[in-house]
Amino acid sequence: MSQPLCRVSELSLEALQSHLQDGSFALQTGNLISRITTNFPDVALSVHILYANHPCQISPDFSDFHVEIRQPRNLRRWFKQQSEFLIDGDAPFEPLPREQAPAFLEWGLNWAVAASCHQWFTLHAASLERNGLAVILPAPPGSGKSTLCTALALRGWRLLSDELTLINPQLITASALARPINLKNASIELIRNFEPTSAWGPETYDTAKGRVTHLRPPANSVERMLENAQPRWIVFPRYCPDSEPLLTPRTKAQTFIHFAQNAFNYSTLGETGFDVVGRLVDQCDCYDFTYSRLEDALEVFDWLSNGALP
Amino acid sequence: MSSPSSTQILINAFKSPQKLPDTPLRQWDLMLRLAKRANLIGRLAETVHLYGVMNELPTQVQTHLNSARVLTTHQRQAIAWEISHIGKALKPLGAPLVLLKGAAYAIADMAAARGRLFGDVDVLLPKVLLNQAEAALMLHGWGSDEADPYDDRYYRRWMHELPPMAHRKRGTVIDVHHNILPLTARNLPPADLLLSDSVPIAGTDFRVLSPCDMVIHSATHLFHEGELQNGLRDLFDLDALLSELSEQQPSFWHELTERANVLGLAWPLHLALRYTKAILNTEVPEYAYDSIAKSATQSKISLQLLDSVYLRAFQPDHPICNNLQTQIARAAIYLRSHYLRMPLGLLFIHLGRKSVIRLFKNTSRSV
Repeated sequence: MSQPLCRVSELSLEALQSHLQDGSFALQTGNLISRITTNFPDVALSVHILYANHPCQISPDFSDFHVEIRQPRNLRRWFKQQSEFLIDGDAPFEPLPREQAPAFLEWGLNWAVAASCHQWFTLHAASLERNGLAVILPAPPGSGKSTLCTALALRGWRLLSDELTLINPQLITASALARPINLKNASIELIRNFEPTSAWGPETYDTAKGRVTHLRPPANSVERMLENAQPRWIVFPRYCPDSEPLLTPRTKAQTFIHFAQNAFNYSTLGETGFDVVGRLVDQCDCYDFTYSRLEDALEVFDWLSNGALP
Repeated sequence: MSSPSSTQILINAFKSPQKLPDTPLRQWDLMLRLAKRANLIGRLAETVHLYGVMNELPTQVQTHLNSARVLTTHQRQAIAWEISHIGKALKPLGAPLVLLKGAAYAIADMAAARGRLFGDVDVLLPKVLLNQAEAALMLHGWGSDEADPYDDRYYRRWMHELPPMAHRKRGTVIDVHHNILPLTARNLPPADLLLSDSVPIAGTDFRVLSPCDMVIHSATHLFHEGELQNGLRDLFDLDALLSELSEQQPSFWHELTERANVLGLAWPLHLALRYTKAILNTEVPEYAYDSIAKSATQSKISLQLLDSVYLRAFQPDHPICNNLQTQIARAAIYLRSHYLRMPLGLLFIHLGRKSVIRLFKNTSRSV
């Protein structure tokens, strides 16, 4: 039977590992509950580190997702170790190399939200909150979105989400997931130096992406993950070596088109999708932002958020 | 024996939706998982909505069901849009364009389309027009992705359809058929009978199979199918077709059995009625069942064998239901489907080739 909520950090690694093995472990991120099964000790360790501050339950009555990370049952396993992600017994992806299993869990859970949670309008963007107002950072990979998001989350902004910005279609508010932040290559050292006390999951090497790892989200962001925020700014960041910080207005029409093309479920939501993007863009100031130094960026975002105060 | 009862819990949800508000949360967790895996979540959501019990369900459950309704509503619009494009591309052929399966249920606005997810669009054309149809579709952006020359040749020589064609921009897939079974199948029906009996859909350039043929096609397809991932969903399709069509036409059951005999497809119809009755409790008049069972002439022993296989394999392919018996049942159906679709000599060559290729492919999923 189900046991009451506790924090993941209150479980010993051994206890977590055994709950993951028998499939009784359920993790809460935002208002979503994911039941996770795995035999892999590195996945257990990664969950233990990255979700230390998150609430969890043992055998709850209801979970939104039931996922598993395991060794695929094919012939290749005899000569090459792999990992596969399953959701209710279905494998939506091809297997990945065994050592990418911890990251595979993160990517798989992202996919589950993006592919099936149409209660939200879901953007491929980071989002953070300050004083009840949210900034949305949409950007293609390589633009430095996650690095900037991490710096803001470590310096006074509350992390809502790094990959998936969830917009309530009726209220046009942003919901939080407070999941670990995915960082790559040079960004990893940059953030390690920026905040030496930060906690990290295992680092893996992906042929397509290079070195990849995840950062534990700040405790405060996790504690307040059920609080929604009102989107106020949409900022398209672009990391450009040696540049001075430059914040320039962007037209609402351009921003509209970007969301219509890059949201995960714009066409699935149909007319609602069109309506949400219109209202979202209407209530936000839209900018392009070029930067090279995180300190400059923090100053500009402080300025944005102070300007919005009454 | 926990497995059959899990599936039964899901089936009961469709059969007695008025009882759903009393369902404990733990049971919802189970039902939603099975329904998602069986591609029945949309139909479940639609059933809940039609019975007006949505607001009485737990909040988490409402979220999942409403989310499924968003998706199925979108798919219903998307398939109508896709069909209109196909119409534009193929209209110049001047031939009857018959839509099959999901696309047919959607364009004819049938109960079977409610809450259904749609995959490829299936079209049936006279065989002589196949080349022209392929050319017309290519002109409008569809193209075959069949990279493997073996598969391409296999389709063109032995199958009842062109290799699937994907649209370059929209990514949607069309299957152009000239029959409902492979040319190598043991009981190939005369395709011209299906075409000549098809009925026009008012206000469109399309036609659908006659009511009886629609049921017989659905049954034939299901019982030639080698993988029953959507088996339970297809059984629900049949259940919806039978209920709706028999209500519209008093002589339906009589015509249905007659027609199955004419097409030489009495046995798949027999199995369809047998398992919709047994699993979904579909109302089939005794005289209709007895008549089709008689013309299907399946021996008692072979029916017992089929029962032991199909009653297991119609469960969702989900870890909750799967065990050694369901695995054996699925393997048996895979082999049987190939046996039904081609002569043994050809079958051995084909499966031998496939299993060798499979060894060198990444996963067991690419068949």
